[in-house]
Amino acid sequence: MTLYAVRQSIRYDFARPTGAGRQLFRILPANIVGLQTVREAGYAFSPDAGERGEFQDFFGTRVIEAAMPPGLISLDLTMHCLVERRAEDALLDLSPHLPGLVAELAAHRSVGPRAPHHFTLPSRRIPVATQISEFARDQLSLGLTIRALVEKMGRALHDHMTFDAKATRVDTPPEQAFAQGRGVCQDFAQIMVGALRAVGVPSAYVAGYLRTLPPPGKPRLVGADAMHAWVRAWAGEEMGWVDYDPTNACYARNDHIDVGFGRDYDDVAPVTGRLRLDGDQSGSHSVDIEEIPA
Amino acid sequence: MDSAVTAKVKTASKGKARDRGLSAYRPLPGVPDELVTPDGTLRPLWQPLVNHLQGLTDEGLTRATGRADQYLRDSGVFYRQYGSGQSVERPWPLSHIPVLIDEADWAALTPALIQRADLLETVLADLYGENRLVADGHLPAALVAGNPEWLRPLVGVRPASGHFLHFVAFEIGRGPDGRWWVLADRTQAPSGAGYALENRVATSRAYTDVFAGLNVHRLAGFFRDFRDALLGLRGARDGRVAIMTPGPLNETYFEQAWIARYMGVSLVQGEDLMVSDGRLMVRTVSGLRPLDVLWRRLDGSYADPLELDPASRIGTPGMVAVLRQGGLTMVNSLGSGVLETRALMAFLPKLSVHLTGQKLAIPNIATWWCGGLPERAQVMAERSRLVLSPALGTGLPFDRQGESTVAASLTPDELAARLVLDGPDLVAQEAVTLSTTPALIDGKLEPRPMSLRVFLARTPNGWQVMQGGFARIGASADPTALAMQRGGSAADVWVVSPEEVPAVSMVTPADAPYRRSSPGALPARAADNLFWLGRYVERTEGMIRLLRARHIRLAEGGRAALPLQKQMDAVLKSYGVDGAVGLSSGLLNTLGAAVATAGQVRDRFSPDGWSALNDLDKTARRMAGRVAPGDDAARALSALLRKLAGFSGLVHENMYRFFGWRFLSIGRQLERASAMTGVLIAFADPKATPGALDLCIELGDSVLTYRRRFSLGSTRETVIDLLALDPMNPRSVRHLIDGLSEQVQALPGAATHGQLSELGRAMLRCQVDIATATPDTLTTEALQALHGQIAGISDLLTEAYLR
Repeated sequence: MTLYAVRQSIRYDFARPTGAGRQLFRILPANIVGLQTVREAGYAFSPDAGERGEFQDFFGTRVIEAAMPPGLISLDLTMHCLVERRAEDALLDLSPHLPGLVAELAAHRSVGPRAPHHFTLPSRRIPVATQISEFARDQLSLGLTIRALVEKMGRALHDHMTFDAKATRVDTPPEQAFAQGRGVCQDFAQIMVGALRAVGVPSAYVAGYLRTLPPPGKPRLVGADAMHAWVRAWAGEEMGWVDYDPTNACYARNDHIDVGFGRDYDDVAPVTGRLRLDGDQSGSHSVDIEEIPA
Repeated sequence: MDSAVTAKVKTASKGKARDRGLSAYRPLPGVPDELVTPDGTLRPLWQPLVNHLQGLTDEGLTRATGRADQYLRDSGVFYRQYGSGQSVERPWPLSHIPVLIDEADWAALTPALIQRADLLETVLADLYGENRLVADGHLPAALVAGNPEWLRPLVGVRPASGHFLHFVAFEIGRGPDGRWWVLADRTQAPSGAGYALENRVATSRAYTDVFAGLNVHRLAGFFRDFRDALLGLRGARDGRVAIMTPGPLNETYFEQAWIARYMGVSLVQGEDLMVSDGRLMVRTVSGLRPLDVLWRRLDGSYADPLELDPASRIGTPGMVAVLRQGGLTMVNSLGSGVLETRALMAFLPKLSVHLTGQKLAIPNIATWWCGGLPERAQVMAERSRLVLSPALGTGLPFDRQGESTVAASLTPDELAARLVLDGPDLVAQEAVTLSTTPALIDGKLEPRPMSLRVFLARTPNGWQVMQGGFARIGASADPTALAMQRGGSAADVWVVSPEEVPAVSMVTPADAPYRRSSPGALPARAADNLFWLGRYVERTEGMIRLLRARHIRLAEGGRAALPLQKQMDAVLKSYGVDGAVGLSSGLLNTLGAAVATAGQVRDRFSPDGWSALNDLDKTARRMAGRVAPGDDAARALSALLRKLAGFSGLVHENMYRFFGWRFLSIGRQLERASAMTGVLIAFADPKATPGALDLCIELGDSVLTYRRRFSLGSTRETVIDLLALDPMNPRSVRHLIDGLSEQVQALPGAATHGQLSELGRAMLRCQVDIATATPDTLTTEALQALHGQIAGISDLLTEAYLR
């Protein structure tokens, strides 16, 4: 078990006072039976005006809902929580081969939040991309189990891509990020989701936090962590969902903290919202993840 | 009335009865026809109409159909045609022959349609509830999860009214055996009910006597019941009912505006709305007002950019949150479009038996979802009569716009390969043959394919079926050419009873207690449009007057007038008008802006006003290319001025004296005061060119008054007195400012606890300044300051009410 203290702060500054608006925040870690427990969580807005609410969206993500009064010149949201992770280290591969997966999928009778059917088709931010589909087909080989395919695909993508925080923006299409071979975790994850879907493996986009370890001998920098994204692939009825992080070429275990999952970035974007703006806005996010010794 | 019809028939049969194509009229092979039986005998139901048509001379027939078309033009009924990147308004394509259906035939249809509506409600409740139909294997999961109209944020949200569906339509047609089939379910935001009404009015104008003589069921009762049902859905709450439109560029905006006016509810757009305290609010000139029932005419996914389609610019952020909290009844619930999915028709027959124990009383066209092996085998076996279409599509089976393939056009191997590759994305449907109904082609009746759209509204007494509907008539014998976008037309549907039918109207029955409803609060956007409509119309008038004066002087000629013409050109130029040409494009642009602004608030003034404005615009555009500078132009401009007066009269005489009218009037008065001040600055300056003072009097339309009051030549003092300071002259600045002030004081929030608003203070200062001025003190500089004050009032008004 690993225990984390997670702090996040989101701040906006507006050049001119805003009109009224509404925003949704998906930043609270999830409670997942057997994997992740949120021991405590709290958040605060400054200025603390307007209506606030909280609900769970279709996929079960906790959403903070806030109505913004008009006339804001800045807005601060700070969140802190204590989260326990207890992922199992070794995963026994119980997944079928691709034809078996196709049959299991056709027989799966549910459209609940964790049903694979939501994650088979292209989505708004992950449309069909020829190059990515070709890349995906190149990873197929006879006798490969789904879990092995996921891992192979993730490693191949990791080799193809270079992490570059300046190469893409939040709305860069996966196809472009793939073509230029550079991007951030969002790009890695959306490309891999698209690749898996292209060969018939249902896969979701997961948003959360990642604990980063400082370079050997250096102190941990407060606020240097970030929100993270990875991939959740359906490996059949027996094995269920497998979380793989293509940015780091590893399975997502205890360094990862889940916030939510969906079809693509849109379903789990940390901030969604509409404000009436007359001028510019600038924003800053900071995330800090500290391991609490048990 | 019956005797009148009979009498006419007799005169017709005596002598010059025309055949109207009847002797050559034959049903198409294998297809039932509404007018004649398979052996060619006229159905008795049609006899009176056919007699009437045969009794009309060619001119008489042209006059009759002309009356219908005239009505549609006058009411501004049009439809929007899309193509080559732009959309244009086209005259409404009315097929002048109504579809006549026997009441008994209709009565048999009614319970079958209600059964289907109830079944759809049950299926929808499951899709947004427990999803047992998927879990128990009655519906494939992929069909639901992959459906773009299945809106996940609405899963688990129970409708506040207890019902998901309140208003549905079915597209129906007759199969080869003459029985009705459902071709498509319309549950998202069905259009056409308003057009059905317009078709009815137009068609009954064409055949007044026949319509009155036949017992045709009326449509008004359906709308009255639905309006009362919508009002009833508010329960004990104090909010309002509104229709939400995607906006004036939508294909059926006209209909939405029309229904809103007909039913007496407001028409709102997404930007008019906001969410506050868990309720949906309209931004009005009186502040935020709650809405409790919203009849939406936009697709569900556009309703909320925050939780649904983030690209939507026509929705309202937070709409889903209000629904989640039960703060609003949405007609129909968001996500109801999922029922329109073509593939669902493959499952409905079995779902009906499973859910209700009853077979569908009216079948839908045979449909197979190609995701399963047995279905694919069946499709292979029946391929000669099937059409392949996208499983999740919602189009009508005959609206084949490149998305469908006739199965027989593929070889068996190709078809098998396609089914394996794309099976779950495909449905196979029986190729539709539609029955025919007569259309009038060059004065003769000819059979044309038709389908009917029928409407059902939920009322406290259950589903009401409209006794009539919207018929689509094909442009040719080909059933795929039904869509208006491809030349099809629309026809009225007469459900004919053997007995007298009750007369109904929208007016509440006399036994209900009388209650004067308060006029709805005016949305800020509508107020803004009315304000600018007032300004643009007035600006147009000012430009016409100045331009006309310019052309009169050109016609009268003489070197003496040249310096004044130059000065006039400079003023015209500041308005973007070229004084040297007959009818400048600058003038047309301003007029165009007036029409565009009016188009945004079409639900707020009468069809007569709308057609008068359009007529003015068309006339001006027609003249523009033709008139020569000088006398010709002056006369054309006078004609335009008269038409403009006609529009102003219609609007001002007939508009209800409430906030909407106030903003329109304020716009006019403000523009006129500003323009008159501008005229005096330019032409009443002591240094102005000779003849300028007379021009002022002419532009102020005050020549007669001037002569009566001052029996001498014009001086600056007399001109300023008459056009700026005289409170009795309706065109003087003082009179206009007084009127403006009166209107502003009547606006909501003009004064709080006896204290004037900023706008009120500015208004009062301006009023005092002009009331205390004299011709000596109102110098050109003082006029310039006044001009600035008027502009300031416009800004303050915009800030206070129109944002």
